[in-house]
Amino acid sequence: MVWGVLQFPGSCDERDALHACGLTGEARLIWHEERDLGGVDAIVVPGGFSYGDYLRAGAIARFSPAMEAVAEFAAAGGPVLGICNGFQVLCEADLLPGALLLNENLRFVCRQVDLIDAEGGRLSIPAKHGEGRYWVPEKMLDAIEANGQIAFRYAPGQNPNGSARDIAGVRNEAGNVLGLMPHPEHAVDAMTGSTDGLQVFEAVAGSLV
Amino acid sequence: MAKARVLIRPKEGILDPQGKAVERALPALGFEGVEHVRVGRMVELEAEDPARLPELCEKLLANPLIEDFEIESIDGG
Repeated sequence: MVWGVLQFPGSCDERDALHACGLTGEARLIWHEERDLGGVDAIVVPGGFSYGDYLRAGAIARFSPAMEAVAEFAAAGGPVLGICNGFQVLCEADLLPGALLLNENLRFVCRQVDLIDAEGGRLSIPAKHGEGRYWVPEKMLDAIEANGQIAFRYAPGQNPNGSARDIAGVRNEAGNVLGLMPHPEHAVDAMTGSTDGLQVFEAVAGSLV
Repeated sequence: MAKARVLIRPKEGILDPQGKAVERALPALGFEGVEHVRVGRMVELEAEDPARLPELCEKLLANPLIEDFEIESIDGG
């Protein structure tokens, strides 16, 4: 399979994403001005500070030509993975429900966290963000929970940002768009302490088989 | 060109930690009795067609899920 990793001005995790994708297939960068995704099988919207996070994190990136193409790709059922700033971009683009707000304690968090996936599996993955407090109106929260759209929660006691119901990652209703605040692409090599992040890329790749 | 000012603030009921931090800092500076501080954003702009401002605010300047906005005309101020 071939992954496309978007790159905006201000992206900073696209290289690690490229490396992680490369472990489960081929991977290439897609510059934000490109309207053509070049026939890739899956998309990663990586972390960083796209367009300087001006206005709101992800608010400007969502209007880039590449994101217009990603919206069409997602509508056609193509798998899209948004990490950190990429998650914020996907929420701003209405490809995922909710919004990411300033961390409750106003501090940038940078530490390893344990996540619980939808099947109850535990993953150790780093989180590093200042605006990761997941929020949706209470009614929508019940709805996405009932639909099984909550992909990852912080393990009990490890919620680093005040996210509603410990939510670390959500899917869209169709299930092909996934966003999460922690960084699976930084946890694919034993040298950095954990290879659990690889599971996230393998799951997306596996959804294509 | 029509001059306008857009005020954007977090919706009621959404925790605003910036507002809380400001509120907590005030007594230390001798400003007692100030509460419900909310921190938002203000955008000034000049538009050829002010009728399009609400759409512009909903699409970009504010995120209607989490923020309310008000457009004030500042023409002839």
